[in-house]
Amino acid sequence: MAVELLRESFEIQGRNFDKAGEVSGEIKVILRDLGIDAANLRRLVVVAFEGEMNVVMYANRGTLTLILTDEDVNLEILDEGPGIPDIELALQEGYSTASDEMREMGFGFGMGLPNMKKNSDELRIESEVGKGTSVFAKIKLNSNV
Amino acid sequence: MKLVEIKDLLQCEVLAGEDDLHVDVTQVVASDGMSEILAFAKSKELMITGLTNIQSIRTADIAGVSAVLYCRGKRPDKKVIEFARQKRIPILVTKMVMFDICAILYNRGLKGVS
Repeated sequence: MAVELLRESFEIQGRNFDKAGEVSGEIKVILRDLGIDAANLRRLVVVAFEGEMNVVMYANRGTLTLILTDEDVNLEILDEGPGIPDIELALQEGYSTASDEMREMGFGFGMGLPNMKKNSDELRIESEVGKGTSVFAKIKLNSNV
Repeated sequence: MKLVEIKDLLQCEVLAGEDDLHVDVTQVVASDGMSEILAFAKSKELMITGLTNIQSIRTADIAGVSAVLYCRGKRPDKKVIEFARQKRIPILVTKMVMFDICAILYNRGLKGVS
């Protein structure tokens, strides 16, 4: 059984493009200071950043919870947004429902969820249309932290 | 190739990281789509983009690239430059278009990331 070493939650403001990415930047500093190796750190912050951007782009608000154990790092991203009607479709590279505003920000080209999947060891998405989406990502750590 | 050589080759203006141009880069990641940068960058690449908002620097930081090169003469605003300085990410700006930049750098031995 994995031993929990750290748990911290961060609020994400929906539609606030100026602040989009701040939480992931903060998580990067926390995990780097904890001595997570560079390759895992990169995977983790990509998952966090893409997840955070999805909340900012689509939801009214959300939270990102970082849970570090002695075996892995877990990211739980819960939002109050429109939900995803077809999760399998949303996971296909190139599929996007983004607006022009999102594309002008450099996002919404149908790579976000695929990037999260690629950089996670486990990724689970639960969603209810009209209520919101929950994403659970796990990245296993190779060495002790 | 060192960033300072790239700066001369592409006639760039340096907006941030003037003291960090000794860094050597061998690979390039070029896109206006930030998720594409995140999908392909492994670390220490030169990132070329036409997107000059704050998200370009956030993406550069998350992806761990060595520097950001803005093409087509597009310039980021002061807030973006300040953020890049804070993150110690050099910013270069050139008037050249992305296609020409990539061709010149490819001919000098730099490679894309796939």
